Amino acid sequence: MTRFIARRIGYSLVSLFLLSLTIFLFVRVTGDPAVLLVEPGASQADLDAIREQFGLDQPIWVQYVSFIASLAHGDFGQSFYYRTPVFELYLTRLPNSLMLALAAMAFSLLIGIPSGILAAVRVGGFWDKAGKIFALLGLSVPSFWIGLVLILFFSVYLQWLPSSGSGTPLHLLMPAFALGWYFAAAHMRLTRSSMLEVLGSEYIKLARLKGLPEALVIGKHAFKNALIPVLTLAGINLVIMINVAVVVETVFAWPGIGRLLYEGITFRDFPVVQGVVIMGGTMIVVVNLVIDVLYAVIDPRIRLEA
Amino acid sequence: MTMRSEAVSSEVITAQAIREPSRFEFMRLADFPLVPVLILVGFAVIAIFASVLAPHDPEVGKLVARFRPPAWQHGGSMEYLLGTDHLGRDVLSRLMFGARISLVVGFTAVIVAGAIGTVLGIVSGYLGGWVDQVIMRITDTWLALPALTFAIFLAAIVGPSEMNIVIILGAVYWTRYARVIRGEVLSLKEREFVRLAIVAGLSKSKIMTRHILPNVINSAIVLGTLMLGVVIVTEAALSFLGIGVPPPKPAWGLMLSDGKRGLMVGYWWLTVLPGSCIVLMVLSANLLGDWLRVKLDPQLRQL
Repeated sequence: MTRFIARRIGYSLVSLFLLSLTIFLFVRVTGDPAVLLVEPGASQADLDAIREQFGLDQPIWVQYVSFIASLAHGDFGQSFYYRTPVFELYLTRLPNSLMLALAAMAFSLLIGIPSGILAAVRVGGFWDKAGKIFALLGLSVPSFWIGLVLILFFSVYLQWLPSSGSGTPLHLLMPAFALGWYFAAAHMRLTRSSMLEVLGSEYIKLARLKGLPEALVIGKHAFKNALIPVLTLAGINLVIMINVAVVVETVFAWPGIGRLLYEGITFRDFPVVQGVVIMGGTMIVVVNLVIDVLYAVIDPRIRLEA
Repeated sequence: MTMRSEAVSSEVITAQAIREPSRFEFMRLADFPLVPVLILVGFAVIAIFASVLAPHDPEVGKLVARFRPPAWQHGGSMEYLLGTDHLGRDVLSRLMFGARISLVVGFTAVIVAGAIGTVLGIVSGYLGGWVDQVIMRITDTWLALPALTFAIFLAAIVGPSEMNIVIILGAVYWTRYARVIRGEVLSLKEREFVRLAIVAGLSKSKIMTRHILPNVINSAIVLGTLMLGVVIVTEAALSFLGIGVPPPKPAWGLMLSDGKRGLMVGYWWLTVLPGSCIVLMVLSANLLGDWLRVKLDPQLRQL
């Protein structure tokens, strides 16, 4: 057990190392990093000052070590636009992103789980077919366009909901729908396949043989076990939602991390862009680690296999 | 059908022989996705002949004719069938040239990503050892980065242009191919024909190009078709954010971004039309990809 966890942590550390190396090398290979790290329109003297300050005249491995050292201290550099440390900016935006992601998650589970169960209970029936179309639409309709169309209907024509900003629960409705849309389809498909697997198992056959009413078999016995993989995926997806909300947050002017990334692009604020990418990758590596370890704790077969 | 199931029981049968009858099935399939294919072909025809079909210049507008609604609405005219945008540019002409951008960027990006991913997947799976370790660790790490965020990061470094978008999308999406192809190579490696090739003294590079590659190319094509939709949406998102195709080019994502200027006053055609085009194209690509997956490549069915 301890060996499994130690190995899994080592594996994640390698991932984090490669992640930082990727980011570090991309910035340096594709051009002069000083140009990216200095404010737009800076003079030659400023460029030289930046080169010295960041040690860009030193050997590349020395630069990498200092890059890693500052990351480890939570130092992602200063934002040119806000004049504050990037990490602080990130932390102030994180609660908003989390709120949006949680609302989108609630929505995607409320739609995805019941429709997935309906599809599994009547395979090939109306709900199954409707579910397939729904899943396909979820994959094919871009979230930012959903957002724009929602604004057009609910803010411009009907004038029911505010088109942008934050503060009230009403502000949260449309962005949560736009962001949760794609994930609702993913959760539906997984609920369907997981439910089908459980419904084919021995203990469900036994429950039916005992003469339990079908509603009880599905609602109580099958539902609980079928939900485990769905909730695991939901856990990973919550972190992914925080990191892919950039277009939805831009459409609705929602002040989260995605919006921060967008501002980073439009104001040519490179430290912000870099910081958001590194944090996003790190979060996903960590969540994958946590889930793998939890699974190993729950299910001994996994740790014996590895 | 019964004949085939008997034949399959023997291991000697080659992949080629199994695939042979499916070529005929290919032609007479009832569930061939006709409508999606027609839509894609339609977009392709429009994209190729855009300069002949388009009634106006897509990049130059008349400021006096700003925000004209489509012809059937009050205030619209036959001159601008689908209305005009904030610079008086004809929406229909822009949509037509936009199809060209989406298809060209989409296809080239899928091919770039597919080429990188397939080569690395084959090398990684066949050679194994430390080469495999290095390639797969990089693949895992890049997969951990959210695709859109990673693309934005790269776009922020290299700056916007159509060429750069293709490179960025290739760099972001090759990992999806590498993973799947490597898995297939691992099982192909154990098959008789590869072992015989080794015994026959063929070099590793010859085995990889002549024996492994032809057997994974189907999967690469299926994955490519499925990736086409993803890539087109990502390009639209990057253009929408202002770091994709640079203005005044008529990329659909860029049109949506411009359309925001008229959104709050209800100029729906600037938002609904480009978005519908994206949805139609992506939906068709996904339907075709789904069908190809089931027909061409049974190994990918569970994907």
